[in-house]
Amino acid sequence: MAADSFVQAHIDYGAVAPMLIVFGTAMVGILVEAFVPRASRFWVQLPLAIAGMVVSLVVLVTISRGHEVITAGGAVVIDAPALMLQGTVLVLSIIALLAMAEPLGTRSPDAFTQSGASVPGSPAEANAVRLGATSTEIFPLTMFAVGGMMLFPSASNLLVVFIALEVLSLPLYILTGLARRRRLLSQEASMKYFLLGAFSSAFFIFGAALIYGFAGSLDFDAINKAIGTNGGMDGLLAPGVLLVAVGLLFKAGAVPFHSWTPDVYQGAPTPVSGFMAACTKVAAFGALLRIFYVAFESLRWTWQPVLAIVALLTMVIGAVLSVVQTDIKRLLAYSSITHAGFVLVGLIALNTVGISGTLFYLAAYGFSIIAAFALVALVRSGGTEATHLSQWAGLGKTNPLLAGTFSFLLLAFAGIPLTSGFVAKFAIFSAAVGHGATWLAVVGMAMSAVTAFVYVKVIVLMYFSEPAEGTAVVTPSALTGISVAVGTVLTLLLGIIPAPLFEMTQHSTLFLR
Amino acid sequence: MQTLATSVPGLSALATSGDAGVAHNATGVASVGWLIIALPLLGAAILLIGGRRTDKFGPYLAVALSWAAFVVGLLLIIQVHGLNSGDRAFHKHLFSWIPTGGFNLDFGLLMDPLSLAFVMLITFVGSLILVYSLGYMAHDPDRRKFFAYMNLFIASMLTLVLADSYLGLFVGWEGVGLASYLLIGFWNYNPEFASAANKAFFSNRVGDFGFLLAIFFMFSAFGRVDFAGVDAAVPGTGKGTLIGIGLFLLLAACGKSAQAPLQAWLGDAMAGPTPVSALIHAATMVTAGVYLIVRSHVIFDATPDARLAVCIVGAFTLMFGAIVGCAKDDLKKALAASTMSQIGYMVLAAGLGPVGYVFAIFHLLTHGFFKAGLFLGSGSVMHAMNDTINMRRFGGLWWIMKVTWVTFGLGFLAIIGFPGLSGFWSKDKIIEMAFVGSGWRPWVFGLTALIAAGITAFYMTRLFIMTFHSNPRWEKPEFDPHEAPMTMKVPMIVLALGSAFLGLILGPTNIITNWLEPVVGRQEGHAVLSAPVLMILTFVLMVAGIWWAWRLYWVEVPVTPPVGTPLTRLARRDLGQDDFNEAAFQRPGLHLTRALVFADNRGVDGAVGGLAAFIGGTAERLRRLQNGFVRSYALTMLVGVVAILGVLLVVQ
Repeated sequence: MAADSFVQAHIDYGAVAPMLIVFGTAMVGILVEAFVPRASRFWVQLPLAIAGMVVSLVVLVTISRGHEVITAGGAVVIDAPALMLQGTVLVLSIIALLAMAEPLGTRSPDAFTQSGASVPGSPAEANAVRLGATSTEIFPLTMFAVGGMMLFPSASNLLVVFIALEVLSLPLYILTGLARRRRLLSQEASMKYFLLGAFSSAFFIFGAALIYGFAGSLDFDAINKAIGTNGGMDGLLAPGVLLVAVGLLFKAGAVPFHSWTPDVYQGAPTPVSGFMAACTKVAAFGALLRIFYVAFESLRWTWQPVLAIVALLTMVIGAVLSVVQTDIKRLLAYSSITHAGFVLVGLIALNTVGISGTLFYLAAYGFSIIAAFALVALVRSGGTEATHLSQWAGLGKTNPLLAGTFSFLLLAFAGIPLTSGFVAKFAIFSAAVGHGATWLAVVGMAMSAVTAFVYVKVIVLMYFSEPAEGTAVVTPSALTGISVAVGTVLTLLLGIIPAPLFEMTQHSTLFLR
Repeated sequence: MQTLATSVPGLSALATSGDAGVAHNATGVASVGWLIIALPLLGAAILLIGGRRTDKFGPYLAVALSWAAFVVGLLLIIQVHGLNSGDRAFHKHLFSWIPTGGFNLDFGLLMDPLSLAFVMLITFVGSLILVYSLGYMAHDPDRRKFFAYMNLFIASMLTLVLADSYLGLFVGWEGVGLASYLLIGFWNYNPEFASAANKAFFSNRVGDFGFLLAIFFMFSAFGRVDFAGVDAAVPGTGKGTLIGIGLFLLLAACGKSAQAPLQAWLGDAMAGPTPVSALIHAATMVTAGVYLIVRSHVIFDATPDARLAVCIVGAFTLMFGAIVGCAKDDLKKALAASTMSQIGYMVLAAGLGPVGYVFAIFHLLTHGFFKAGLFLGSGSVMHAMNDTINMRRFGGLWWIMKVTWVTFGLGFLAIIGFPGLSGFWSKDKIIEMAFVGSGWRPWVFGLTALIAAGITAFYMTRLFIMTFHSNPRWEKPEFDPHEAPMTMKVPMIVLALGSAFLGLILGPTNIITNWLEPVVGRQEGHAVLSAPVLMILTFVLMVAGIWWAWRLYWVEVPVTPPVGTPLTRLARRDLGQDDFNEAAFQRPGLHLTRALVFADNRGVDGAVGGLAAFIGGTAERLRRLQNGFVRSYALTMLVGVVAILGVLLVVQ
């Protein structure tokens, strides 16, 4: 059998330039780690990373928008949803990175350990601290993760999806383990995240293999065509679809693949939790959207009920378990699980309103959650972060600005009108009602009432209790300030004038295939 | 199921359509109608953003802006009044709010007789209460914040009644909830108040859940959620959908208006400052549910079944509140029970359909005056008695606080329906309308309303005697009662005048019925008992109630409450509403949570929500963390995958 002659895939560089810029910045970041003196690394890395993402965003808006193509031999597709998702990831990553970089007057990001490789409490760690070691490697790591997140929703081939999944996951595993305080907790979270992530990746790759067995191709379009024509191989298809979904639902934090979320969000450096809750969710749901709306589109009546059950479980378990949390980071983690359930409701609505609502929800939630975690990082007690709820008592009296902002963000999570949370929920649930998912919307509203109770409990604690002993709020630099301000103001603006973003998401519902 | 109109022979065919035709684009004052909302909102913004710099003039600014909103409203009414009755509705498009797919939602104002009646109530009574607060809150260090929240509340309430769509109404609905929450918790150094605020928020969320579902069902059935669009689409819609929407709207109304089964929060909400109780928990916010039902009259007209549910809720609550009111020794809680009961009357009237809508609103307006007056009076008594609230410690105050006594007395006579005063004109009409119909309904609803009128007379007389008459149960050096300052007296006098004459001005002259008829429609109904008979029965029951209370309390009131009958003891505990809630909702919720937590390997401290749990918890947590539960996480995932795969294979 004569091998086909090798044809080099054509790459539309205008379309993929934003990703290349981000990956390129990450590479430069590694060189900076190697060659720039320790003392000035922080102020080189931070502007470099921010500039990389800003340039990428500018290129995305100005050039890539005119290059809506399937490129790189069908492996990558840049279409309206992909551009929207990539743009969302970039904007969210910029404000998340600002919060992550918070140096608190030092020359190193405060949330990260100065010596990630050392054993906690060991002489090596003490030595690193004494020498003033920095942890600026988080910048290139984050850039790699961002690049993976951009590739994830624009991949048009199961293998590329897998690569993107790993590219975004591996840096996150490391970032999770780099907390400066409570390092054992952080390292354990990292280990758990890695093991479970590997476990879910195995499901994904096995599913992809089954689908390859069924369709003879890993390209989304080819899979979809095969579903319409191939008979007799259905035994491979359904399990394949399910197993692929497991890998993605794991990243999205949906029940029953959620167990890692609370532990990881609690153990990870706090701003990293915000980064994961916002950006990873965008990327994961973006990939879910593309796979289910393009590759498995003809199979929608099979996967819709399955995803509906997952959405139901996710909303209920997330909401009910958030009631009993006593740690603010775990509370936000369970809250993020509940929100993932809400987004799933929009995803399975199977109409353009649902897609547009999903995209809107992801962006709106991302801004709020980044700001919320950035605020959590500022509350300290005895030199470490005060994450137990009892330590948050009376913050309304001792720090009205922080408590007020945080309360507002909680109200947005609860979906009170004139916050982005209300508009987002409205968009999602109005898409679901009347499209076979009415019961899901009913459950969603009920769960949203349950979580409102949780958020109000926190607000009451902050305002109506005596201040806790020893809790103090550190004053952040402008970096966290900007991050929180942008997140909060957008939460408000998207609640009052959501129309501009809505118009963007509405024009981003057509998948190129 | 036949509609009420065809099944009741006594109902004449005088029915008018409930449509005021198409609302006109706003001209004249109406084109700046948004100022009504913007002015108090501006006040709240200045006071909150301006911070301590506005401490001095802030409260006065807040009061002035609230009066300014009243003036704009008044000018608007004058403009509208000059038009034909069918043309009295203006619509003003403000901006495009939520565009989702093929569904664009605009935010606009609807200024019609119904909303303008509310604008008058809210701005006039609200501004009076703000003036009163100048005196009442004079010594509170945080009074700037108090006035800011009050203005925020007024702006939200005005948004609620002026919005042109259910979604806009919902924005105001949540806004008043938030402002109410802030104001109940205003004196937040007391944890009891905080828990009251919490309870109010939770009850309201249940109501909001109903409201949002109603909105989603409207959206799914009609594709629109503005009043005009919904009203136009109702005739072609299936019965099941309409009943569903109606019942969800009722649930929403129950949450906001403290109707059964969501009534538990109102009594506790009295923990807030007294002007708050007067404005929010008596005159305006708690009546929003009645507004919602009346505003949705087209939906309720089309679903007699949903209306029956409304009637049942109203009748049950009005009796419930009246019984609880008889047993309370806390002056404000007794008034809160009375509010619950009076709103029950309004809800019952609204549930009666076209025969009752007008009177529901009429009673709402008169009630707004006399109940606000009663609350301000009770605030004046508290002010004089070192913030004591227990009526068993009052007595004989009438000689010392004459103005309070007279104004409170007028409110008291108005609420019991003393002939000629406001409550008489509005409540007697509701009682009469409750007797309209055939079969069991007029007898059940009518007799409930009638008997409750007697009970109302009993508990209000009891309250009045225990406070102002009977033997003094306080000692001079400890208490030094005195009359309130002028800023408090004047609003009380104005509200007392309203309590006395508003009913007479609006009722027998048919001003209120003619004003509201173009919006909500109206039918004449013939009661199964004739009007004079009902009037005499009501009067006799009222006198009996007064006499009974006079017999029990006039001479002497013991300072320690007697043991009382089992019913009294039950009524003191709000007829077991908290026990019911605990058994019906909290415990199952707790068990469900526990069960789920058990499944969720670790991560919560033993004490659910306990704040003291932190001590010693951290070490324990860290130790447990090293145990490597990752295997069970992986197992959860695997079980999940296998389960779903199994389901999939079975289905296929």
